[in-house]
Amino acid sequence: MDSPADHLWLIPALPLLAAGLGALTPRRGRRFAAGTAIAALAGSLLLSIAALHEALADPAAHLYHNFSWFDIGSGVMRLGWLLDPLNALMCVMVSLVGLLIFIFSLGYMDSDENFARFFCFLSLFAAAMLGVVVSNSLLLLFISWELVGLASYLLIGFWFQKPSAAAAAKKAFITTRIGDLGLLLGLVWLYNSTGSLLLYDGGGGVLEGSVLGALAAPVLAGGFAASTGISLLVFCGAAGKSGQFPLHVWLPDAMEGPTPVSALIHAATMVAAGVFLVARVFPLFSADQALAGAPLHALTVVAGVGAVTALMGAAIAVAQHDLKRVLAYSTVSQLGYAAIFHLLAHAFFKALLFLASGSVIHAAHHEQDIRRLGGLRGRMRATFATFAVGMMALAGVPFVFSGFWSKEAILHAASAWEVSPLPLYAGLAGVVLTAFYMTRLLCEVFLGAPRSPAAAHAHESPKVMTVPLIALSIGAVALGFFGTPAWPWLQSRLTGAEIPGRPLLEGGGLMALSIVLVAIGLGSGWALYGRRARVAAAAPDPLAAASPRLFSFLGAGMRFDALYAATFGRLNRFGAALADVLDRRVWGGAVATLGRFGELTGFVNSVVDRLGLNAGFDAVSGRFRGAGRAYSRRQTGEAHGYLRALAIAFVVLALLALIGGRR
Amino acid sequence: MNPLQLCLVFSSLLFAVGLAGALARNNGILVLLGLELMLNAANLNFIAFWRFHPGAAPATGVIFVIFAIAVTAAETAVGLALVIALYRHQQNIRLSEANRLKG
Repeated sequence: MDSPADHLWLIPALPLLAAGLGALTPRRGRRFAAGTAIAALAGSLLLSIAALHEALADPAAHLYHNFSWFDIGSGVMRLGWLLDPLNALMCVMVSLVGLLIFIFSLGYMDSDENFARFFCFLSLFAAAMLGVVVSNSLLLLFISWELVGLASYLLIGFWFQKPSAAAAAKKAFITTRIGDLGLLLGLVWLYNSTGSLLLYDGGGGVLEGSVLGALAAPVLAGGFAASTGISLLVFCGAAGKSGQFPLHVWLPDAMEGPTPVSALIHAATMVAAGVFLVARVFPLFSADQALAGAPLHALTVVAGVGAVTALMGAAIAVAQHDLKRVLAYSTVSQLGYAAIFHLLAHAFFKALLFLASGSVIHAAHHEQDIRRLGGLRGRMRATFATFAVGMMALAGVPFVFSGFWSKEAILHAASAWEVSPLPLYAGLAGVVLTAFYMTRLLCEVFLGAPRSPAAAHAHESPKVMTVPLIALSIGAVALGFFGTPAWPWLQSRLTGAEIPGRPLLEGGGLMALSIVLVAIGLGSGWALYGRRARVAAAAPDPLAAASPRLFSFLGAGMRFDALYAATFGRLNRFGAALADVLDRRVWGGAVATLGRFGELTGFVNSVVDRLGLNAGFDAVSGRFRGAGRAYSRRQTGEAHGYLRALAIAFVVLALLALIGGRR
Repeated sequence: MNPLQLCLVFSSLLFAVGLAGALARNNGILVLLGLELMLNAANLNFIAFWRFHPGAAPATGVIFVIFAIAVTAAETAVGLALVIALYRHQQNIRLSEANRLKG
């Protein structure tokens, strides 16, 4: 029984080992820390490719290896690894993009004194992410999931000397924790109703027919199925990690971390974890589709949230001035589309965009405000070219770039969805906005004249940073050809069933529409920002000039932070104040009373001790001491004194004997 | 006054002389001499009671006295050693000055 899945644990174990070694490395062991991290991840990449090869041999099969972890009562908690095309593709994507980002970090973090620690955290993150991907048990997945959250917290707050970074790390951790609570509740519910958290277990796993059927039976009030409830709770966790509305607020703030971290976590992998989770347990989400009477299907909620997120993120991205924040909101928006093909493609081009912007930031001495950049095209040719590739992939420029095909697939699916046309409209609007804001970003950063000394003195980044950029841009282009409608290799591998190729231009109306929309977005972006480039850093944005109030509303992220501060924050403060009053008045009083009582008993004790026991013992021992002193006074050391006493005693005895003799 | 009474009176006088010497003298050796006299008075009593007691077992008193003399000899040896040690310590043998061995 030697299944390829048996050795799958090695994939996350290697980076974990590197993280452990990195944690033990002293600060000066820079080369060692970076070397082990990169070597371990490269090992994981090779293993992932081998696993992908195994998985593609039989795409429909789910190879797994389960083992028991511990016994609880009469039950057994079991964990396991799973190998199927979805996992294997994610593994390859995470380790490949991760590896490129690790290499990029060599250059970007070069001058940071905590270089070794950075690589330790990166390895921990990669290990946790790969753990999420390979686990066959939702429990193991949850453990890795939390580790991902921890690593993300550590990396966002890597420059914790900056108060804003520390606050952003805290915000990210707490916001995702809210989602994770939902996920945990979902798992508990699932375990309660099925007795297992294994995904595949020879017919007994939660994603297999019989169990799913039982879950989808309507059991709750109002005709809901248990699977709907569980799915929605699981989706809470996914939304938290993926930055979906309404838990998206942490993602833009997370840009406080070093740029490779933004690329790794907040563009390529961690945010993909949420989407991956949905895809992983997709059978559970779709289990209630057969239930015609249910008032709400889980997938409807997912689609609705995705549509809102996609549109909102894109709208906010239009009005941001921070280079990384534009990309962050773009990530929020793209994740709203939530499909695995798009996710893989997105991982490549968004990592590319982030790394390219990292290269810009590195070159421009940490200037991130796009109003103060500009004119970098001539001086940073490689960065400009790769950024442009990423931008066109993201905007969905037709036919060559992966983003076009993946987005096309989603729009097709949305147009075929008969429940509501809303996701389609939101998706189409998102297409325009994406093309628009990416054009704006490109024009502001690279065209025109430099608008600050830092931008004027920027120069191309070293090879160690540009080579990963080029590799990623190749990926961003090439991946598209695996998922075109004419040759849906990827989709058929993921579903395990052969999907017949369609002619390229089937449904050409929709495709033409989206091409037109992309063109509108690109054109309007060029018209507003490219044709007459910004001349000074303080000049107003053309959009802001047209509609200042809307622009500032979007610029503040639709005021979600303010909204949350006014509602949840205020509620929290009220609760805290209440707890404070309770603490001071009620609990504090009770504790103080108890304390006084303890004090009183202590006082009584001490009095009894001092006056009763001590006095008695003192008196007795005083007597002993006095007696001893009296005896010692008799011992004069005078030999004659002793003799005299003897003689007197003798005389007395003699007299007594005499008197006794008379009687 | 029979011979036993005479012996007892003599030994009592001898004891009194020894006691007086032991109490009155300050010289360590003379004190030891006094002690010796008192012991000999006691030995005299043993001999006298044995000699004048009707039906006493043969040689009982003599054996007693011989034992006592042996023990006394040992005791005197120790006493003289103490006197020598005292002399080494304080360059004389005056007992009035040897009073530092007290509790």
